[in-house]
Amino acid sequence: MKKYYLFLKKHHLLIKTVIASLVVMATNAFGNYALKLGLSNGAGVKASWAPVQYIRALGHPWVIAGVLLMLGWFLSRLVLLSWADLSYVLPVTSFSYVLSALLGVLWLGEAVSGVHWGGISLITIGVAFTIFTRPGTTTRNGSRSE
Amino acid sequence: MRWILVALVVVPGTIGDVLNSAGMKRQGELTDWSLHGLLRYAGAIARNWYILVGLPAMALSFFALMALLSTTTLAFAVPATASSYILETAMAKYLLKEKVDWHRWAGTILVAIGVILLAV
Repeated sequence: MKKYYLFLKKHHLLIKTVIASLVVMATNAFGNYALKLGLSNGAGVKASWAPVQYIRALGHPWVIAGVLLMLGWFLSRLVLLSWADLSYVLPVTSFSYVLSALLGVLWLGEAVSGVHWGGISLITIGVAFTIFTRPGTTTRNGSRSE
Repeated sequence: MRWILVALVVVPGTIGDVLNSAGMKRQGELTDWSLHGLLRYAGAIARNWYILVGLPAMALSFFALMALLSTTTLAFAVPATASSYILETAMAKYLLKEKVDWHRWAGTILVAIGVILLAV
């Protein structure tokens, strides 16, 4: 038990950052999925600059779910940005693109080509490059911490 | 039209992200997870000028994304905004004074290329 406590204490910042990042990624991927489903299939929004149809679409259940998930994404991202750098949060949370692509394949029946798998692989490697750097490199007043 | 929407997602989104990041750094971490603590934290965010200016920029970016999602496939709409990665990382380095080492640049560039490949 003590071993786990020491592990948690030692890697507290990384664990906290990974959990917050997972919340950011999940709300983003599912939010995009719900919006896509609601706007294209449910509310039947067509390509237009007219805002009325977008406002009307806000009453559709999938669009409501999408907007709530995107609100959750925005708030969880703000919390993550309170200790982690923007240059850290951007690549790490981009894993949501991989989740979005997988959701598109599994539930929307979108095709994934070899090039798409290449993109998914590059994003995964990019996330791996970034995730073990120190999440926060600036102090509260905006200067760089060493 | 879809590339105009992409620009409306990327530019205000970048401005909003930089302002939000600057605002949250000044805000400090959320440490009190009680209801009272959460409300107090939310109240402080609602009075944070960086967030107050960043929020409309993010909202504009969000509605442009909604319009983009309604007119194109998910595989185009989401990855088309990949240029914002490079732009925002450069802003983070020069405006927010973050320490962007080669790991982060490599990670950001790989992610941006990966996101572009997802749109092909």
